[in-house]
Amino acid sequence: MRPELARANRRLLGRLLLLSLAMFGLGFALIPLYDVICDLTGLNRGEVQALARNTQVDASRTVTVELVASVPDTVPLRLIAPNGPVRAHPGELVQIEYEVENLAGRPVVGQAVPSYGPAAAAEYFKKIECFCFREQRFAPGERRRLPVLFVLDRTIPRDLTVVTLSYTLFERPAPG
Amino acid sequence: MQATHAPEHGHGPPGGLMRWVTTTNHKDIGTLYLWFAGVMFFVAGSMAMLIRAELFQPGLQLVQPEVFNQLTTLHGLIMIFGVIMPAFTGFANWQVPLMIGAPDMAFPRMNNWSFWLLPVAAAFLVGSTLLPGGAVAGGWTMYPPLFIQGGISYDLTIFAVHIMGASSIMGAINIITTILNMRAPGMGMMKLPLFVWTWLITAFLLIAVMPVLAGAVTMLLTDRNFGTHFFDAAGGGDPVLFQHVFWFFGHPEVYILILPAFGIISTILPTFARKPLFGYASMVYATASIAILSFLVWAHHMFTVGLPAGAQLFFMYATMLIAVPTGVKVFNWVATLWRGSMTFETPMLFAVAFVCLFTIGGFSGLVLAMAPVDIQLHDTYYVVAHFHYVLVSGALFSIYAGVYYWLPKWTGHMYDERLGRWHFWLSAISFNVLFFPQHFLGLAGMPRRIPDYALQFADFNRISSIGGFVFGASQILLLIVIVKCIRGGARAEARAWEGAQGLEWTVPSPAPYHTFLEPDVAERHLSPPLPQAGGPPSGDEGRGEGYAPELR
Repeated sequence: MRPELARANRRLLGRLLLLSLAMFGLGFALIPLYDVICDLTGLNRGEVQALARNTQVDASRTVTVELVASVPDTVPLRLIAPNGPVRAHPGELVQIEYEVENLAGRPVVGQAVPSYGPAAAAEYFKKIECFCFREQRFAPGERRRLPVLFVLDRTIPRDLTVVTLSYTLFERPAPG
Repeated sequence: MQATHAPEHGHGPPGGLMRWVTTTNHKDIGTLYLWFAGVMFFVAGSMAMLIRAELFQPGLQLVQPEVFNQLTTLHGLIMIFGVIMPAFTGFANWQVPLMIGAPDMAFPRMNNWSFWLLPVAAAFLVGSTLLPGGAVAGGWTMYPPLFIQGGISYDLTIFAVHIMGASSIMGAINIITTILNMRAPGMGMMKLPLFVWTWLITAFLLIAVMPVLAGAVTMLLTDRNFGTHFFDAAGGGDPVLFQHVFWFFGHPEVYILILPAFGIISTILPTFARKPLFGYASMVYATASIAILSFLVWAHHMFTVGLPAGAQLFFMYATMLIAVPTGVKVFNWVATLWRGSMTFETPMLFAVAFVCLFTIGGFSGLVLAMAPVDIQLHDTYYVVAHFHYVLVSGALFSIYAGVYYWLPKWTGHMYDERLGRWHFWLSAISFNVLFFPQHFLGLAGMPRRIPDYALQFADFNRISSIGGFVFGASQILLLIVIVKCIRGGARAEARAWEGAQGLEWTVPSPAPYHTFLEPDVAERHLSPPLPQAGGPPSGDEGRGEGYAPELR
């Protein structure tokens, strides 16, 4: 190969290697860059996304959900329901928080069990997240807020205007 | 670098196995690439046969779901990185220096290295099936969080992707340098054969996006092993971000897999229509605009991740825009055939099938480009049908066409035309039996990547599987044709096809080990009618005088 051609080839090789290194860097730079693009264009920054908007809400009626909590005397926990009832449209996503306090000087494992009033309302409660899904461990004296996320099904009968969601918190014996 | 060109090394290759390990000859390396692609094609193809056998009827028969997932993942990864890309690189190695009148590739040693990295990567991919937990099963797109959670084979796959990426980048650098710096005198850029043009643009795409893929899988690797949280929501990362980075690579990759095919088809159609290619310049500009647009459409693979409506609209319209340059190409091909003196040898049959079937794949792509439709069809068999129409009847058929077209130049023998036609008709018919029903399955809602399905999908799946088995078996014919052609057959002329244009047909068949050692040899062939200028071949061409060995 003629030396001047070999030199030109090496020069181009260097440039192309530099380009591929730069593109490798761009791969990582894309991560902040996507944020910058979204900031500049306002994408993903404003209102709730069109796709994510819940179109299944029945705004024509409102159901009152009363929230109740109880703990057997033998359990050293206190379960506090949110203040007052929640008013929700069928189909609307509702988030509430219960609060638990461990009154004992030892760790306690609790398991909440829900019940519904009237019992016919049970099948219309669609819980997405609930502290009753699994057992909860509380350190001595711990106070913690526990979320419940639910939707009242749109097919809930029209005569059910007030429903009650009640939790009873039991203690689980320590394993072993 | 000197060794290949030094005349004192003689004109023939050294014998034995070491010839292939140490070779820096572009023809040897092209052959290696093509055989490698062929072997991997049968490996990944037999995986596809297992997939179709499992889907022959509802329920689980042959393989467990974990194995099925490994099969679909490896089939995709190997077919893309181990078959289509190496096959096209093999064509580039063989043909680009011959077509532009260069003695070899610009960096012959790097060329050897870029090839020999590939078997290593393939061994990692295929060998990972033996590891505890089996091979990688997260889909060829490697989406987290699944890909962050898998076992050791996932790390090995990431390493294999790194190696294949390095190989592709080196190959691309070599091809660009060869094309830009080593053209014979008189071979201007707008006189380049279209195959060379499409590969030049493909090589730039490779350099632009393979490093981005390397970055993306590096982030997966550090997320898996070094406690970073690029894509791990628990640490403030975002799994959807991976899809954005991956498809920034992935969509240009789609064109890496098809642009060289456009080049091969644009070479073959004029040969057998005995007419110059219609609209050469517009073909070049269309290829370049497809390449540029390919960077602006990545999110059309992600219409279901919850993109804002404005972004969906942008990516939908940008995607549809790509149909314009692609349409220019298809119309140019049809216009090339228009009133040509056509004959239908096997390369032409595959090329014409390419134009028809690739266009069907393009149309189903347009359907999928519409965001509201895509949200319905996302991850269904409609998508599977779409990308197999563009990758099998597109990329793969163009590879077949190119193999049949250039086999006489490579081996010095004509292939068995009768077997070639059997291969074509069996492939073309069974391909449609295999993939056309999958459109209906997708429209009816059958999800992809699932080993079992609801009963109503049974009939179309059975038809599809039968087509699959016939298609798979027909490919053995190709192997027979190639082996027969290497071992003997009618002697091929220097200009094996009477309508063939271009410098590669001025050297004898088989092409001598060294060609165009001196640039003015090529120039002599170039100066009268140019390959694309369309004149009839001048009288003294085709006798093959002027090739390298006459020097010294």
